[in-house]
Amino acid sequence: MTTHELVIIGGGPAGLAAALSAWEQGVRDILILERDKEAGGILNQCIHNGFGLHRFQEELTGPEYAGRYLDLVGKTGVQIRTDTMVLDLDERRVLHTISPQYGYEAIQAGAVVLAMGCRERTRGAISIPGARCSGIFTAGAAQRFLNIEGYMVGKRVVILGSGDIGLIMARRMTLEGAKVLACVELMPYSGGLNRNIVQCLNDFDIPLYLSHTVTDIRGKDRLAQVVVSQVDETRAPIAGTEMVFDCDTLLLSVGLLPENELSRQAGVVIDRRTNGPVVWENRETSIPGVFACGNVLHVHDLVDYVSAESEAAGRAAAAFLQGKSPEGPELKLEPGFDVGYTVPQHVHKGAGDVEIFFRVRSVRRNTAIRVRDGQTQIARFRREHMAPGEMETIKLPRVLLDRVQGDTLTIEIEEAEA
Amino acid sequence: MKELICITCPKGCHLKVDEKTFAVTGNACPRGAVYGENELRNPVRVLTSTVAVLGSGAQRLPVKTDRPIPKGKLFAAMDELNKLRISAPVHVGDVLLPHIAGTDSNLVATKTLL
Amino acid sequence: MDFDVLIIGCGVIGAACAEALAAYDLRLGILEADNDVANGTTKANSAIIHAGYDPAPGTIMARLNVAGNARAEALCRRLDVPFRRIGSLVLALEEADLPTLRTLYERGLANGVPELKLLSREETLALEPNASPEVLGSLYAPSAGIVNPWELCYALAETAVRNGASLMLETPVLGASPIEGGWAVKTPERTITSRFVLNCAGTRADAVARLFGDDSFTILPSKGEYYLLDKSEGTRVGHVIFQCPSKAGKGVLVAPTVHGNLLVGPSADESEPTDTANTARGMALVRSRAVRSVPSIAFRENIRNFAGVRANSDCPDFILGPSKKAPGLINLAGMRSPGLSAAPAVGEEILSILAGQGLALHKKTDVVTTRRRVRFHELSEAEKNEMVERDPRWGRIICRCETVTEGEIVEALHTPIPPRSVNGVKRRVGAGMGRCQGGFCGPRVQEIIARELGLDQTQVLMDWPGTWVLCGRTKGGEQA
Repeated sequence: MTTHELVIIGGGPAGLAAALSAWEQGVRDILILERDKEAGGILNQCIHNGFGLHRFQEELTGPEYAGRYLDLVGKTGVQIRTDTMVLDLDERRVLHTISPQYGYEAIQAGAVVLAMGCRERTRGAISIPGARCSGIFTAGAAQRFLNIEGYMVGKRVVILGSGDIGLIMARRMTLEGAKVLACVELMPYSGGLNRNIVQCLNDFDIPLYLSHTVTDIRGKDRLAQVVVSQVDETRAPIAGTEMVFDCDTLLLSVGLLPENELSRQAGVVIDRRTNGPVVWENRETSIPGVFACGNVLHVHDLVDYVSAESEAAGRAAAAFLQGKSPEGPELKLEPGFDVGYTVPQHVHKGAGDVEIFFRVRSVRRNTAIRVRDGQTQIARFRREHMAPGEMETIKLPRVLLDRVQGDTLTIEIEEAEA
Repeated sequence: MKELICITCPKGCHLKVDEKTFAVTGNACPRGAVYGENELRNPVRVLTSTVAVLGSGAQRLPVKTDRPIPKGKLFAAMDELNKLRISAPVHVGDVLLPHIAGTDSNLVATKTLL
Repeated sequence: MDFDVLIIGCGVIGAACAEALAAYDLRLGILEADNDVANGTTKANSAIIHAGYDPAPGTIMARLNVAGNARAEALCRRLDVPFRRIGSLVLALEEADLPTLRTLYERGLANGVPELKLLSREETLALEPNASPEVLGSLYAPSAGIVNPWELCYALAETAVRNGASLMLETPVLGASPIEGGWAVKTPERTITSRFVLNCAGTRADAVARLFGDDSFTILPSKGEYYLLDKSEGTRVGHVIFQCPSKAGKGVLVAPTVHGNLLVGPSADESEPTDTANTARGMALVRSRAVRSVPSIAFRENIRNFAGVRANSDCPDFILGPSKKAPGLINLAGMRSPGLSAAPAVGEEILSILAGQGLALHKKTDVVTTRRRVRFHELSEAEKNEMVERDPRWGRIICRCETVTEGEIVEALHTPIPPRSVNGVKRRVGAGMGRCQGGFCGPRVQEIIARELGLDQTQVLMDWPGTWVLCGRTKGGEQA
């Protein structure tokens, strides 16, 4: 068995940022394990721009953003091993890996950062009825075919789900010569950024059908038609509202799921709300010395936030290796009214200022985020606009945390006054 | 009146812009007025795509215009870049096609392929 | 004559006949309309080797079910096919079900099903803690098992091909005419002659029989819809859980699969022979019925829905034997459930039928009787290293959900019946069968198939002919 101080599982933006910050904190034996042929993660196929406004104060494409980090990591002694799959992880931080170069290998890590990212929800996950023909892709798979391999998956396209990848693919397919007929969204609001609605759909006159879904898929061999129906408030299809689209391709952009099979194997406690590990403010999981960051922890909408979170995880892993761990009594964070989840799920009271990330469950205007200690409101943050598609953040200063009486803080949205 | 969604910030104000005077209403801040006027006077976009590349093992090289080009020229620019054949090595930022579609923008590589 | 025996249709029944016959000194041909074997009902069913208490005593069904069950384990071990004898429980969920259990029990005894036992409520829940607390009792059949049905078919068909059978894919039968001592069978490319013809055409067996002038039976295709749940639900039950047939319908089953997933279904609806579409109604019915026997199934862990078509017929038993109207044609038709369970016994059955028809059977020397497939994730550390050292492609994981290596995919593409499609590879080695459903590995599998078979990627299909995946290259077709 070989040993390494810090092993990072995943060489996407999360893994790269964690490695870089751990290096900056003085950790000198860092190994990144990447399952693909090259590091950079899914950014490599996200060739559109819009990345890096926060992190680099300029608008970069996905490959450029990954390239910046690869350049920075390249100047350190961090090792990146590509084409390497982690098959197993246990609670003593032993990893079992396989690669064409090194074969099967067990590695004892001093600390581990989980940075495996997420995967797309599929047709099966939402049980779309209809024929089992070809021509149905997750948006990300189609994106890889188009942007990396240089293949078109079809010529007449319907997109289910208005998540950002779906919207981005609407524009990409259109520019490459396909006809995108419609983007169909189950919810009454879009799951994607406004910028993408405007520049990927409106620019090309692609209609967006909110409160609609695909209710049938037709085609003996290749997809020939999809049927789209309006849905009611309970998201059930309304009979008589069917529209039929003649198309050869259906792209699914119906959500992302953190990939935590390894975390589960190791016994990391998973939050059912995020599908990611339960973490402390330093992104440490329920297993000491095992940290998580990026989309494996919770699905982000901006890579800049992934980088920031991962830098924090990298710093915390370095501190752990140097024998410094956060202390102080535990404070539990509880999602309250209209809050879907919080990350972190619990904090050490003495940890200093803590930033809390969460998502709301519905679109809200002119409201406020409230932090409650028992029945007492201890902080209130006004917001003009909030939506489930946009991650929210609030900062709780140390002085505030010090004053907390109970052992649980509730984060909730203020109900609109009548 | 032209109706637009402002994309300057996540609020997404629904703007109304007068096609003659470029007067903007519905904006919650001054940046919205600027956005609304620009979108009507001269909407511009950064174009990102790929070009064929030889000699690196990769099938496609990701590219972008180094500054936004007029929205109306997106497809003309695609026609030009679709014909390009690039040979590796190529470095991020290398100009592959100057003045694409007659604009003052250059098509540049967004990835290094050795 | 081109062949002594020509088999029409290479599902599990055709393949079982082929494997048995290929051990003898015969000229053996197999026609398959699709581009792969096992691509009809064989790939979409409940994947169960039934114990044999269902069919009426005295029927061919009853005899072959019990015999097939008895032989399944040895056959699967010999051909390296996943099989687990996990036992089944038929649950009684209401008072009216209890006499039904008793009837099934007695039928099972008459059919010779071993070790059958009627269990009390407590005994049932002790054996299957996630069964409904409303259960009143059950019929326990320890001999029931689960199998990988398409791999059983591949294993049988591959072994037949290794032993000299000639398999012709994408070769539908267009017509047949009697000739001296046999049949001339018309296919798109040529006419093939054979002394005997076995009709194993599944849901289209009646159409094939009619080409030979036999209109004695009609297939009544019936579609069944299923849910396949993630491995996180794979241990929800430890046995195959059936419901009693009742006024509410035939009931659906809940069962683990040999891959470690949970299978829930099927519904039953009249259909076209090739209609494998899922319907909102069918899926809702499966869900609502399944939770009656296992209330805790987490359907949000679903990774795939599918539908299979049963080859039901207007005859209450299997139609298995020489055609009365077309001498030399042997029908193996209407082999719906328990057809898969009967498959391990079909080989011997067909040998005795053909011997009775005057076919001389001489055993070949040097017959291949075994098959091995390396499943990387099942190997020990040392074995894994050995594989990677020999060929580094065994160290490259292509399908991360099911831990399938490039080495396994390449090996499958060079078997006697190489898959030609992404789903063909999926069924051979499991790549794309997991929770991401090929979202990550699909493009890479596509690339490997094209490389190994010398095809352009745009020619690689998802599955059967016509299921294209890619319509062309960008940038005017440039390829590096």
